Amino acid sequence: MTKLKSLNDLRKIRDELKSKTSIREKGEHPENLVQVKVAMATCCIASGSREVMNFIVDELEKRNIDAVVTQTGCMGYCYAEPTIEVTIPGKEPVVFGYVNMKKADEIIERYIKNGELVDGIIPVNYETIDNK
Amino acid sequence: MSDYKLHLLVCGGTGCKASQSELIYENLKKEIGNEGLSDFAQVVRTGCFGFCEKGPIVKIIPDNTFYTQVKPEDAKEIVAEHIVKGRKVERLLYTDPVAKKTAGSTREIGFYKKQVRIALRNCGIIDPENIGEYISRDGYEALGKVLTELSPADTIKIIKDSGLRGRGGAGFPTGLKWELAAKSPGNEKYVVCNADEGDPGAFMDRSILEGDPHTVIEAMAICGYCIGADKGLVYIRAEYPLAIERLKTAIKQAREYGLLGNNILGSKFSFDIELRYGAGAFVCGEETALIHSMEGGRGEPTLKPPFPAVSGYLGKPTNVNNVETFANIPVILTKGAEWFSSIGTEKSKGTKVFALAGKINNVGLIEVPMGITLREVIFEIGGGIKNGKKFKAVQTGGPSGGCLTEKHLNIPIEYETLVAAGSMMGSGGMIVMDEDDCMVDFAKFFLEFSVEESCGKCTPCRIGNKRLHELLDRICKGNGAPEDIDRLINLSYVIKDTALCGLGQASPNPVLSTLEHFRHEYDAHIIDKKCPAGVCKALMTYEIVPENCVGCTACARACPVGAITGERKQIHKIDPKLCIKCGACLERCKFNAVIVN
Repeated sequence: MTKLKSLNDLRKIRDELKSKTSIREKGEHPENLVQVKVAMATCCIASGSREVMNFIVDELEKRNIDAVVTQTGCMGYCYAEPTIEVTIPGKEPVVFGYVNMKKADEIIERYIKNGELVDGIIPVNYETIDNK
Repeated sequence: MSDYKLHLLVCGGTGCKASQSELIYENLKKEIGNEGLSDFAQVVRTGCFGFCEKGPIVKIIPDNTFYTQVKPEDAKEIVAEHIVKGRKVERLLYTDPVAKKTAGSTREIGFYKKQVRIALRNCGIIDPENIGEYISRDGYEALGKVLTELSPADTIKIIKDSGLRGRGGAGFPTGLKWELAAKSPGNEKYVVCNADEGDPGAFMDRSILEGDPHTVIEAMAICGYCIGADKGLVYIRAEYPLAIERLKTAIKQAREYGLLGNNILGSKFSFDIELRYGAGAFVCGEETALIHSMEGGRGEPTLKPPFPAVSGYLGKPTNVNNVETFANIPVILTKGAEWFSSIGTEKSKGTKVFALAGKINNVGLIEVPMGITLREVIFEIGGGIKNGKKFKAVQTGGPSGGCLTEKHLNIPIEYETLVAAGSMMGSGGMIVMDEDDCMVDFAKFFLEFSVEESCGKCTPCRIGNKRLHELLDRICKGNGAPEDIDRLINLSYVIKDTALCGLGQASPNPVLSTLEHFRHEYDAHIIDKKCPAGVCKALMTYEIVPENCVGCTACARACPVGAITGERKQIHKIDPKLCIKCGACLERCKFNAVIVN
């Protein structure tokens, strides 16, 4: 390790390292951030959900969008894997099906960034015990 | 390489380590490797999460899942279920003892709801052995900013404006202390970190050093810049091996990065830190005794003045601050004095770390804003009293503090209010007592501690405390006389007024405060020869209720001294002269025939 010679040197390495730990704080207040849940059951993984999750995390980071990406269990829409659920602060969660990299890119660019709805939304067709 | 998508934080504090957290860490790493997810999920060993009652803790980020009492063999299930498939392992989630509900994430846990973490901001979040993680969370930013943009006087002004006061006990304004040391003439000065944490049941400083050692290093360097010192010393107990090891690692890394050493960050300021080990004497928490011990002398206090700011280590101007005080400094400088002083109350700013111990559900380490009430701390964060028992008292300030009772539960926690209520802030130990604790025995316990820890230099402390302890012992044994109460009070005030240092002056506090709030318990011991809580053995008698005794002989066989006599199927009898009150008969009897008076 070469020694840091100035405050700018320090800030430079801080900025490089920032993304390594920023995730640990984000989880504390997810309600203010865009939340993306990627279904990660056997069928989802088989359909490529892990690659999609990696893609989404990296792309959100690249495009400077503050978001928490978590994995979740089977959502039940196994015919439409990989599925992801996106919650924009203050809005109802929306589930997208058949999310490949291309679709993920479109969702990030159009829905997450601009709030435009894109094709592939799976309507909510069940009630959870929370809203009964 | 892209960043990890999932982080598994495993507590690496002393408490969790003792419960095999190291093996959990290894197993998690192995399982993640087996699943081929080593590039996807990262296992991190962090500092203390504070929730020691439920350790070892494993926290999964980013969904904030909080697994408690994890065993090494659970690693496989956590990885196979949660990491691979995204399904939480329900049986390891925290269950609220009152609501009987499981908490999916930390935000749903009562223990964390009212906490504000400033000194503990990195504990349980970063890997303390990795300077990069500290830097990534604005670590050393304050030092860089101070060296590049601020003069020592400007920096001291910010600390003064923030209202930060010493967290080691007495609450002296930190900025003022720095200013005195800065103004003191001399070109050789020292910064000392007091890590001699000695209150029974307190582990705030240890947890900070174990979980975030760089924050203390950074703050000491800032202090050095402000007062004009180029040398820092950490006085730490040799009985804190993990804290020492992490501190050493951190110092080494800081040197490699040029954050300690000559011309830090290209400035003219040079600073380095060394460790000094204490042998674990309580009196060495007192700054003059601490300095003598560091010089190689006996750990005995001397009269102030001269204050260490004028003549301290090796007779040079020295600034001594406690670990937790230092831990607040970097954030104050990055976020500003105004931000810090907006937290807390008028005279007590910021937060305070407490170690909750005793008969409380959530034993652990907490950080709360000043001004919070004892009730909130004990019943909301602490989760109330164990086994549904009744709250009796809480001791704050350790052996130098006093006990606070039910009627004090609604007072705000501040330096001044606690003193007015007959206790003190102290360094942050909080011991909770329930209806089964005897207050006379409790006062005796702390007196015993003070007697053991007295350095013996001054007579009031060396002999006075010994006599106080003898009086209490006599009362607990049922030999107390009514005059003993006055003797206790008189002697306590003599010690308070005449002892040399803080240890002696404060040691009678537990006696005086229990006398004030629990006089009836003293009277019961002295006049009725009874211990209402059933703690003082000498005042108890074991008896067999003839109506309930079936003559099974179980008690007679259990008695180690042959004090119980009786034939099979005949009523048994305990000989009070032989009985040693061990309680073995009570435990063994299935018919509720043995009773304690």
